[in-house]
Amino acid sequence: MRLIATLALAATAALTSAAHAEDLTVKLGVLNDMSSLYADIGGQGSVIAAKMAVEDFNPAAHGMKVEIVSADHLNKPDVGSNIVRQWFDVDHVDAVLDVPTSSVALAVNEVVREKNKVFLVSGAATSDLTGAKCSPNTVHWTYDTWMLANGTGKALVKSGGDTWFFLTADYAFGHALERDTTAVVLANGGRVLGSVAHPLNTQDFSSFLLQAQASKAKIIGLANAGGDTDNAIKQGAEFGITAGGQHFAGLLVFITDVQALGLKTAQGLVLTETFYWDMNDATRAWTKRWQVERPGKFPAMTVAGVYAATMHYLKAVAALKSATDGKAVVAKMKDMPTDDPLFGKGYIRADGRKIHPAYLFEVKTPEESKYPGDDYKLRATIPAEEAFRPMKDDNCPMVTN
Amino acid sequence: MFEIFGIPSQALFGQLLLGLINGSFYALLSLGLAVIFGMLNIINFTHGAQYMMGAFCAYLLLQYFGINYWAALVIVPIVIGVLGILIERLFLQHVSKLDHLYGLILTFGLALIIEGLFRNYYGSSGQPYQVPEALQGGRNLGFMFLPNYRAWVIAFSLLICLATWFAIERTRLGSYLRAATENPTLVRAFGINVPRMVTLTYGFGVGLAALAGVMAAPIYNVSPQMGSDLIIVVFAVVVIGGMGSIMGAIITGFVLGIVEGLTKVFFPEASNTVIFVIMVIVLLVRPAGMFGRTA
Repeated sequence: MRLIATLALAATAALTSAAHAEDLTVKLGVLNDMSSLYADIGGQGSVIAAKMAVEDFNPAAHGMKVEIVSADHLNKPDVGSNIVRQWFDVDHVDAVLDVPTSSVALAVNEVVREKNKVFLVSGAATSDLTGAKCSPNTVHWTYDTWMLANGTGKALVKSGGDTWFFLTADYAFGHALERDTTAVVLANGGRVLGSVAHPLNTQDFSSFLLQAQASKAKIIGLANAGGDTDNAIKQGAEFGITAGGQHFAGLLVFITDVQALGLKTAQGLVLTETFYWDMNDATRAWTKRWQVERPGKFPAMTVAGVYAATMHYLKAVAALKSATDGKAVVAKMKDMPTDDPLFGKGYIRADGRKIHPAYLFEVKTPEESKYPGDDYKLRATIPAEEAFRPMKDDNCPMVTN
Repeated sequence: MFEIFGIPSQALFGQLLLGLINGSFYALLSLGLAVIFGMLNIINFTHGAQYMMGAFCAYLLLQYFGINYWAALVIVPIVIGVLGILIERLFLQHVSKLDHLYGLILTFGLALIIEGLFRNYYGSSGQPYQVPEALQGGRNLGFMFLPNYRAWVIAFSLLICLATWFAIERTRLGSYLRAATENPTLVRAFGINVPRMVTLTYGFGVGLAALAGVMAAPIYNVSPQMGSDLIIVVFAVVVIGGMGSIMGAIITGFVLGIVEGLTKVFFPEASNTVIFVIMVIVLLVRPAGMFGRTA
């Protein structure tokens, strides 16, 4: 009798585990700004990108099922971390994707670490995610503040833009970007003549622009983002800043900003990105598919990052045959070299930093642009090894220990 | 060159002028609000959305119909004004007899809906709009570089503000309006169609917001949230000037623009709070506002 019972139990156990192996369900949560300032660099565009990654990965062929949920974090850290907690505790989400707005990303970073899940960052900029706040559960995919400062800052100083004046958004992100860029400018033999901190969401930049103009700096560095950057550039053109020989350096400019400004206003702007939709046939084909759901829009690098990160994550889960241990999945992701149509071949460093080349672009003039979205010309490619902060400068406890 | 409080006089004069330019937007917008509040007793929170619609309408006209800035300056206020009239007929007239709060909540809700719709269709980044050919470039005034377009903004908004003030305070039609505000029943007894007058007034106020939107399109980012960024400041301007006071709204708009401009020189970080600080002080000292009549 006891023997039969034991056998039956063993059989049931075997059955259930077989059922699990056949039907490994993975749940992804896209968390970003769906309704305001940063909705165009992520928002629904990122959700579509994640869905495309799942489609291309073809979960059924790997005996997996993948579900995607999404939410709006309203750019508020408390809202973001609450959603993520609910996702983990109630909805059994395995990985959180995107999360623009550095303050929210840093908050989510802690929750993910505590719950041992996976955090695939694409939208957030702060290099602290792979620095002082690095985590064995986090992969920072697309870009970061160090890379932006290094790319745009270095290139401009080298090409003669050796005096700088900063217009800085008066909050953590703006000051971090100014600090990182200042370091790059000084290291390359440039000088910073001054800076002015403006409140977030400033309508009128004319006063600040006059101060920048009076400084006679060759480069006016915009350590801000979104609407602030757009307003500053738009009004700069009006005040004859570019006509007077001074140049703007957009330290964080996405293609969506260039579209918002129009080429006539944005022409000549130098910026750094890791993805441009018109790079090669693969990126063009991908963009075409993405545009089916977002007609007339162009994917920012952050959206591309969500696609690529999702793809690599699913590959790692398929290799492990489990998504439950977040640390193990991220470790697997770091073991496997990355390869996707948007960022090409690359790898993830021990500190969680995804390594790929960065590109220095210049915005085309209206005459040079042949079709909608034909916005950039490539000025330089920054090789993968030089594009991101060297690990020795990270201050990442996980790596130094 | 001499210095004032450690700031070169050159920079100071420049900022004064810039403040005046920003002030003209404040004045135009708060004027519309003051007209609507003065005549209809409605706190029109859709004003920011209507300003945004004005800018968008100018963009759409240019994009799809090739209609330029100058024509937009005339067409847009009419189009958006008519939309405003629809809103008044459909919604606002039903709450006009209730407490202010109902109108406020209704218009606030409408503003959110309009903004959401635009964001849904056009995204949050904004749309490009160029300064019209004739007003490109600028002149060097010695102490600053003044873009021609900004000079135009000051002159034109000042003209519109004064014309509006004149129409309401100095003409027969204006006197009907003011009388209808005081005592609608009596004015109706004289055979004047008060509800229609109220509707048209709302349309006019909304048209002013749309006009400000068109004027803003070439220099500010044309995005769905451009109105909500500005409307709070404009409300503060109206409160400081005194709710419903036409001249108060105009003068306060320009003066606060200058105050804000100066703050940007001396303490830039505080430039978006200084207006609210002034509002608090004014409310403490003169609760009815600088130019308001005590209720």
